[in-house]
Amino acid sequence: MSAAALLKPKHQRLVLVVCALAALIGAGLLAAYALSRQASYFYIPSEIVANPPDPDRAVRLGGMVEKGSLKTLADGVTVNFIVTDGKVRVPVRFSGITPDLFVEGSGVVAEGRMRGKQFSADNLLAKHDEKYVPREMRTMTESDAKQVVAQTQ
Amino acid sequence: MHGLANPARFLRLARWLLPVTLVPGLVLSLGALAWGLALAPPDHLMGVTVKILFIHVPCVWLGMAGWSTIAMASLAELVWRHPLAGVAARAAAVPGAVFTALGLITGSIWGRPTWGTWWVWDGRLTSFLILLFLYFGYIALADAAQRDAAGGGSAGRIPAIFGLVGAINIPIINRSVVWWNSLHQPASLTLGKSAIDGTYLWPLLIAALGFSLIFGAVVLARMRMLLAQVQTEARLRRKALG
Repeated sequence: MSAAALLKPKHQRLVLVVCALAALIGAGLLAAYALSRQASYFYIPSEIVANPPDPDRAVRLGGMVEKGSLKTLADGVTVNFIVTDGKVRVPVRFSGITPDLFVEGSGVVAEGRMRGKQFSADNLLAKHDEKYVPREMRTMTESDAKQVVAQTQ
Repeated sequence: MHGLANPARFLRLARWLLPVTLVPGLVLSLGALAWGLALAPPDHLMGVTVKILFIHVPCVWLGMAGWSTIAMASLAELVWRHPLAGVAARAAAVPGAVFTALGLITGSIWGRPTWGTWWVWDGRLTSFLILLFLYFGYIALADAAQRDAAGGGSAGRIPAIFGLVGAINIPIINRSVVWWNSLHQPASLTLGKSAIDGTYLWPLLIAALGFSLIFGAVVLARMRMLLAQVQTEARLRRKALG
């Protein structure tokens, strides 16, 4: 008697489906692993400095807008700022209207090209983090901080 | 489970269960949305845009839960040949597709003021759009298989295989923000941890519970409808032959 004949049809089907699912999940994981570089929406500064793209190729650069680096030029529409991933800093120049959530210390994705050491952006997207905090809470902690400062002085 | 293999017994249970899920579902959803939309304070960066969260997040959860339902029912159909499994999978497909579409639309409306764009082709958004297309494919395939079965062909084993194969997209959606750099932010809620302030978290969780109950009620109602359809067709065929 063969092994298959010993199993009930129900269990045969279960074994078959489990094997098929295992093969499928393996294939999916391999595909996702192979896509790990290409499927990223943007490069972080370390990647763009280690592997500079062609000057003509449009790429996206994503990271944090460094605190204190955001400067508006005299023409009023051009901004210079530094995008950082904590290790590498890339200066970025952009002319145009910035999104409302574009502030220092928050995430940004810039679309454009590398021009030498500087990234010249055609478009800016604000990246939101996973935190949701009400406005009152935010101001309360700030005023609390001021109070603490006033008390210690 | 096998107590419910008898469709007549299931129908009696479903008739009782339908209002028991639908009414609390509507009350909880409307209450949570009124709480979230009218009372929750604006976010410190996003302002009132944050309130889309209360609709968007439950919708995308149910879009993914809908396909998980299809996958589990497909497994039960393929392995145990449970007579109600195929019906349950077909019943979950349409509300799952509707919630997936709502999730995409509300996410797009949220993205415009927050990110500065309606749509980007990043890992999360693209894999979620694929989920919607998988739903369309499943609905078309299951309908075709049903017509085939009514004509005397084999029951819907092909849709069940499609339901299982399509389930590979669910972990990809879940992990997309971890594996790949994406514009979409990582998960705010993971087991035991929340990056969402309590003033937003409670209406969100209650809305998710309410939406889930509505989803369950719609699945039950559609299962009753699909079973009635099968019965009617069988009766007509007997009449035509006899």
